[in-house]
Amino acid sequence: MCLGIPGVVQEITDREAFLAVVDISGVRRKVNVACVAAAEALDDLTGQWVLVHAGFAMAIIDEAEAEKTLELLQLLGEVNEEHLAMLNSAQPGPQPGQ
Amino acid sequence: MKYADEFRDPEKARALIDAIGLTLKRVTIPDDRPLHIMEVCGGHTHSIFRYGLQRMVPDTIEFVHGPGCPVCVLPMGRVDDCVTIAETDGVIFTTFGDAMRVPGSKGSLLQARAGGADVRMVYSPLDALTLAEKNPDSEVVFFALGFETTMPSTALTVLEAKRRGVSNFSMICQHITIIPTLKALLDDPQAQIDGFIGPGHVSMVIGNRGYDFIPTEHNKPFVVAGFEPLDLLQSLLMVLTQLAEGRATVENQYARIVPEDGNAEAMRAIAEVYEEREHCDWRGLGNIEASGVRFRKEYHRYDAELKFGLVQAQVPDPAICQCGDVVRGIIKPTQCAAYGRQCTPQTPLGALMVSSEGACAAYHQFDAAGIDH
Amino acid sequence: MSRIPESHRSQTGKVRGSAVTLAHGAGGRSMQDLIDDVFLSEFGSNNLSDLNDSARLEAGAHALAFTTDSFVIDPIFFPGGDIGKLAVYGTVNDLAVSGAQPIALSFSIIVEEGFAISELRQIARSARAAADDAGVSIVTGDTKVVNRGCADGIFINTAGIGQIAAELNLSPKNIMAGDRVLVSNSIGEHGAAIMVARGDLGLETELISDCRSLVSMCTALAQGIPGLRAMRDATRGGVAAVLNEFADASGTSVFIDEASLPLKPEVRGVSEILGLDPLYLANEGLFVAVVSEADADAAVALLRDLPGGENVTLIGEVRTDPAGVLIMNALLGGQRLVDMPDGDQLPRIC
Repeated sequence: MCLGIPGVVQEITDREAFLAVVDISGVRRKVNVACVAAAEALDDLTGQWVLVHAGFAMAIIDEAEAEKTLELLQLLGEVNEEHLAMLNSAQPGPQPGQ
Repeated sequence: MKYADEFRDPEKARALIDAIGLTLKRVTIPDDRPLHIMEVCGGHTHSIFRYGLQRMVPDTIEFVHGPGCPVCVLPMGRVDDCVTIAETDGVIFTTFGDAMRVPGSKGSLLQARAGGADVRMVYSPLDALTLAEKNPDSEVVFFALGFETTMPSTALTVLEAKRRGVSNFSMICQHITIIPTLKALLDDPQAQIDGFIGPGHVSMVIGNRGYDFIPTEHNKPFVVAGFEPLDLLQSLLMVLTQLAEGRATVENQYARIVPEDGNAEAMRAIAEVYEEREHCDWRGLGNIEASGVRFRKEYHRYDAELKFGLVQAQVPDPAICQCGDVVRGIIKPTQCAAYGRQCTPQTPLGALMVSSEGACAAYHQFDAAGIDH
Repeated sequence: MSRIPESHRSQTGKVRGSAVTLAHGAGGRSMQDLIDDVFLSEFGSNNLSDLNDSARLEAGAHALAFTTDSFVIDPIFFPGGDIGKLAVYGTVNDLAVSGAQPIALSFSIIVEEGFAISELRQIARSARAAADDAGVSIVTGDTKVVNRGCADGIFINTAGIGQIAAELNLSPKNIMAGDRVLVSNSIGEHGAAIMVARGDLGLETELISDCRSLVSMCTALAQGIPGLRAMRDATRGGVAAVLNEFADASGTSVFIDEASLPLKPEVRGVSEILGLDPLYLANEGLFVAVVSEADADAAVALLRDLPGGENVTLIGEVRTDPAGVLIMNALLGGQRLVDMPDGDQLPRIC
C-alpha cells in the first residue's frame, strides 16, 4: 500500500496540527508533516521536497542521494558501451540482454 | 515532475538492460526454471506492469509478484466485517479506493453502497476525521488497511482525533506487517525465490535492519528499491550482481528516500497507538503469526471492532484457489486449476484475480488478448 | 446509448448482479453489457445496433444524424462550465464526430423543487451561449419538476439532429492497418477538473474542464481529409474506451506511444497522486480520429490552424495483430495492454 509521490512544501498552514500545503505537479494539497519535522523546525520545511503518502509527508527527499543514483546510471551507460564493444570484438555472437 | 521523470529515462534504461544481460552471464540459472526475483510490494508490481518491465528483461529472469498488495491479501471475512458496519444505521463508512471493489462473501463495499450504505472514498485518513467533525450525528468509520507505509498516517490520525476530542470517529484496523510475512514465505520449503526487490516505502518507515535475517539465515540478496522504472531495473541489477558474486546482503537502491534507520517519528506514532496482534489472516496465505497490529488498550475507544461489538467473520478461501502458491512463486497463475475457468477478472475467486494489480488478473488480460506474458 | 463493439452484440444474460450499479453508467464494459442485454435485445433495430454516436437516417439527397444524451453531473457548476453548457456541447459533439453539421437541439430538464431560479437562469444562459457558439438552435424542450430528493438538483436531456453529406462514410469498421490515430487535445482535463471540483479529495488546481464544441474541427476533417476513417469524442471511459472500441469494431490492434500523449502537468499531478491512468479520464472537448497514413500529417496541420487545435497530436498507429486490443508502447520501450475500462477508476494508494 505504497503509492508515494514527490512534492514541494509551499507553506506551513497550521502549526498545531502540523499541516502544510504541498505542490505536486501544479496540484496543491494539505499534508500532515509531523513525521518529517519537529515543531521548532517547521519553518525549515518550506521549499523542501518530500514524499507524500495518503496525505502525510513521510520522508524528506535527499537530493544528493538522488544525484548519486543518477550519476551512477550515467556512468553505467558509458562503461557498458566499452564493455560491449570489447565483447563484440572478442567473440562475435548474440547480443547480450536480447 | 522532479524525482520522477529523471528516473524514467529511456537511455539509462537501455544501459541498465545491457548491464543486466552482461551480469546475468555470470549467474547460475536453475535447470528447470528461470531465476525467480520476487518484488514484495504491490506498488512495484504495478510499476512492472505499467512499464512492461518483464518483457524488457531477458526471459531467464521472472518477476514473482509477492504478497505486498494489501488489497490482494485482504481476507473475505474482513470485507464482510466492513460491509456489516457500513450497513449499520448512522454510519458513514470511509476507505481508500483500493478496498471498494474487493468482494467478500456478501459482496463488495461498492455493492453495499449501491444497496444504500453510505460508503465514501477518501484520499487520506485525516479526511475521514474531518468528515467526522462535520457530521457529529454520524459515526465515521475508517477502514485502515495497509503495510507499515500507511500505519503512521492512521496512527497520527487517531492521535489527532484525541487531540481534537473527536468521539464519533473509529477505525477498523487491518494493518499488516512485512517482516513476519517474509519470514513465513522463506520458511516454506517449497518457496523458490532467488532474490528480493524490497519494499521502498515500507522501509522508509521501518528502516533496513529488519531484513538482515534474509541474507544471514536464508542466503538471499535483498535490495530495497524505489518505484520508478529505473529504480526497479537498477535494483534487479544489484540483485543479479550479488548472485553473480556469490554474495547475499541487504542493499539500499532507494537512498534518496530510505534512511537506514527508517523514520523515528513515524515508528513512535505506530508504537503509541498499535500493538502486535497474535494472529492475522491473509487471503491466499492463511494465518501468519504476529503479522498484524491492533489498537493498544488506551485507544480502544477508536477501535470500530469494539465499538460495534464485531466478532471477526471467518470465511475460508475457496478450496480450488491456489493464490498462496502463486504468491510464493511455486506455480505460475496459468498453472492454477481455477485460472481462466471458475476464476476470471469478471468472476474472481482468488485474491490475485480481484485487484487489477494482482498477478492473475494481469496474466489474464494478456491471455485474453492472445499475447505472451 | 452508444458504442458496443461487434463482438459484444445482442447476447442476453451478460449483465452481472441483480441491481444497477454506478459501473453500469461509467462508459465501460459493464455499461456495454447492460445496453446489450437489456435494451438491444428488446429494441434491436439495425440502426440502433450499430451504436454509433448518432443514428444515420437517409432523407433524400442528404442523410440526417440523430442523437440524444442525458446529463447528470456533480457539481452542477464546475471550473470551465456547467451542466447547461455540457448538455449542449455533449450532443453537438456526438453529431460532429459523426461528420454531421448540427441543425437543431431539444433541451429537457428534470429539476427538483427548491432549485434556485437564479441557477436555472444561469444554466439556460450558458446553454444558449454554447448553442450560439456551435451554430445550432434550441427548438424544443420540456420541463418536469420532481419532489425534493428525487433528482440530484437537475438532470438535463438533449437530443439533436444534423445533416451529413450523403457521400460521407465514417465508421470504425473502415479502420485498417497502417492508419494513424490522433487526439484533438491534451487528455483527461474534464475528468481531473471534476474530481478536484468535488472537493472531497482536498486537492486544489487551476485546471478547468475542456468542455467545448468540436464542430469546426470535425467538419474541417470530414470535408478536407479524404482518408478520414472514424471520429469519436472521448467522454466517459476516456481515450482508452474509444480506442478499445475502434480496435474491436475493426478487428485491428491500436498501438499508442506513451511519450507522445499530450498531458497537462496538473492532470498528470492528479493522476499520480490518486494512482489513476489519464487514458481513462473523461473529456468533454476532445475527439479521437483515425486517418490514413498518407493523410495523417495533413490532418494534423489542418486542425492545428483551427481554434482549439493547438494540442492536436498523433499518438499511435493501427496494426493487424493482435486483433481487437489497445497496446501502449510504454516510456522505456516495454509494452502493456490497455484494457476496456470497467466502472469508474477508483483512486488507489497501493
